[in-house]
Amino acid sequence: MSDSQDLTGTGAPQGGPQPGEREQITLINVREGMFGAQGDTSGYDLLVKPVEMPGASERPYGEWFDGVVDVLEELLGDDAAAAIEHVVVDRGELTLHIAREHLPAVAQHLRDDQDLRFEMCLGVSGVHYPADAGRELHAVYPMQSITHNRRLRLEVAVSDADPHIPSITSIYPMNNWHERETWDFFGIVFDGHPSLARIEMPDDWVGHPQRKDYPLGGIPVEYKGAEIPSPDNRRQYR
Amino acid sequence: MTQTAPHATGAFVEDPDAPEYSAYGGDWSDIADEAARLAQQRIVVNMGPQHPSTHGVLRVMLEIEGETVTETRAGIGYLHTGIEKNMEFRTWTQGVTFCTRMDYVASMSQEAVYCMGIEKLLGITDDVPERANILRVLMLELTRIGSHLVAVGTGGNEMGATTVMTTAFVAREDTFRVIEMISGLRTNNAYIRPGGVAQDAPEDAVALIRKVIPQIKQKLDELADLQLENPIFKGRLKGVANLDLAGCMALGITGPILRSAGLPYDVRKADPYFGYETYDFQVPTSTDADAYSRVVLRLEECYESLKIVEQCADRLEQTAGQPVMVADKKIAWPAQLSVGSDGQGNSLDHIRHIMGESMESLIHHFKLVTEGFKVPAGQVYSAIEGPKGLLGVHLVSDGGTKPWRAHFRDPGFNNLQALSILTEGGQVADVVVAIATIDMVLGGVDR
Repeated sequence: MSDSQDLTGTGAPQGGPQPGEREQITLINVREGMFGAQGDTSGYDLLVKPVEMPGASERPYGEWFDGVVDVLEELLGDDAAAAIEHVVVDRGELTLHIAREHLPAVAQHLRDDQDLRFEMCLGVSGVHYPADAGRELHAVYPMQSITHNRRLRLEVAVSDADPHIPSITSIYPMNNWHERETWDFFGIVFDGHPSLARIEMPDDWVGHPQRKDYPLGGIPVEYKGAEIPSPDNRRQYR
Repeated sequence: MTQTAPHATGAFVEDPDAPEYSAYGGDWSDIADEAARLAQQRIVVNMGPQHPSTHGVLRVMLEIEGETVTETRAGIGYLHTGIEKNMEFRTWTQGVTFCTRMDYVASMSQEAVYCMGIEKLLGITDDVPERANILRVLMLELTRIGSHLVAVGTGGNEMGATTVMTTAFVAREDTFRVIEMISGLRTNNAYIRPGGVAQDAPEDAVALIRKVIPQIKQKLDELADLQLENPIFKGRLKGVANLDLAGCMALGITGPILRSAGLPYDVRKADPYFGYETYDFQVPTSTDADAYSRVVLRLEECYESLKIVEQCADRLEQTAGQPVMVADKKIAWPAQLSVGSDGQGNSLDHIRHIMGESMESLIHHFKLVTEGFKVPAGQVYSAIEGPKGLLGVHLVSDGGTKPWRAHFRDPGFNNLQALSILTEGGQVADVVVAIATIDMVLGGVDR
């Protein structure tokens, strides 16, 4: 990155479309005030800045991305428009936003079609966006094709109120523990999982610790008489 | 009629003397007889978490019939420390200090993949200086050797061959000698930083690397001589813990286990990073798909890694004096550290500069160290070939100075899923071999 590039911006890197030109998909966070403090240190109190993910991309996507999306759309047939909600190309990586009811079909095609052949799903990573109303919980599936040496990402968004996503363990058995972990940490229910039990936290644990509304906990640190608050209670330079 | 015997994966029974039976019709005495007969045959054994052969904090639940394992389940989570959650409350640079503690046997791997992800988010991947990448490769390969030596060494120890372990650990100590000289720490180094590495290698580092390479080689030879033709060793490992290619693909297995099944998949070759495409090395494979072949592969990979380390030493000589951190002062950690006789510390030159010469430098130092740098919003996935397999990281930034989410795909976590298929139908003694052959580190599995 050159020195002149604005690191504080929230848009796409140089060269890509600028924010505003792209359809916004995910609202990550809403920042208020400065330094994350309660209110504004100046008393102005009107500094509100929404932070969004890079938005949907337009064709051509570049590299091998167009080909993969074409094949997938062809295989999905009439469901293609409903299944693939958005296509995002950012930082040289392809993300397909998939409607949850179509996830197993998409995964099946990605695994089986000879032009796609994504043999491995590298797990599922949950992300919690409390500000993204109705789409608070995201499940991100990195897919790896060994045959074609490609990697793409499926992203499924569900709401806090109805956190259900069909399990893809019948297609990718390797995702068994990964789905359990995401259930454990985020409370996303993977319907059809053979045994969706907690995996990292104790069985009787209450809550899902990786959610943003779950406190970090921790105790103040004392050092030579001085007391430093626990990390989540310190002044934040967000 | 069904009968509820103690089950490896079942719920706890509050009173073990009061067996529960569920019956759907039939004569009661027949049910009781049947239950008593089955209960005698079904034995559920908990291996660990305190058993030394289970690598510390893994709970292995076995259902056995005599010496045969009929069902295996791995219970994990005993070492879950919430590293990923903690990283969300620290700056991007501080995150290195956290993720290095995941798989503590291969600390550098997490640092490397995490920094790769940050650099991709920042768009500075190509700006990382060549010398920084050489140092990263050097560290990663030394770590790979160390990790494989622990795998082979503790594997031998668990089968009763203590000499294998001591020999392996002596060789591993040589890798630490180099790592310590350069980074100041043996493990949990926090050496690889976003944009480069924490500090340059001292002048005498190359000489030390050249000195330890033959020493490590000699110990590797010794390990091979000790084990590979030993009839007991072959008897314990050959044809044990088999997992063919179809099984590997179904379970997402990567690393030496996948390569032992015949697929030469190595991220260093498939999707090179840090300039791996410019190094001369081979990816050893086997088609035996058993525990023995994995030990052989790990030893062969150590020799290949030594080849890379040798090339790194040459390149370090050629690039002496070149920068090891990106030029952008808004990202580059300002405190150039130095390694003194008593460990790692602040560079006195830097302290003199910020405290005595330039107030602006002091402000800049303070801002960058306490606040950190902002990373544009977005998400990336990056992956490297860790010693144990494909190590991936999913990073999400909300445009702030801290990760919104950092998720690591530890290869051990994924590969441990194979424990059931590796052990069921085998002997109890083979469970130990199977665990050793997976080579997971529970710090990485549980994070």
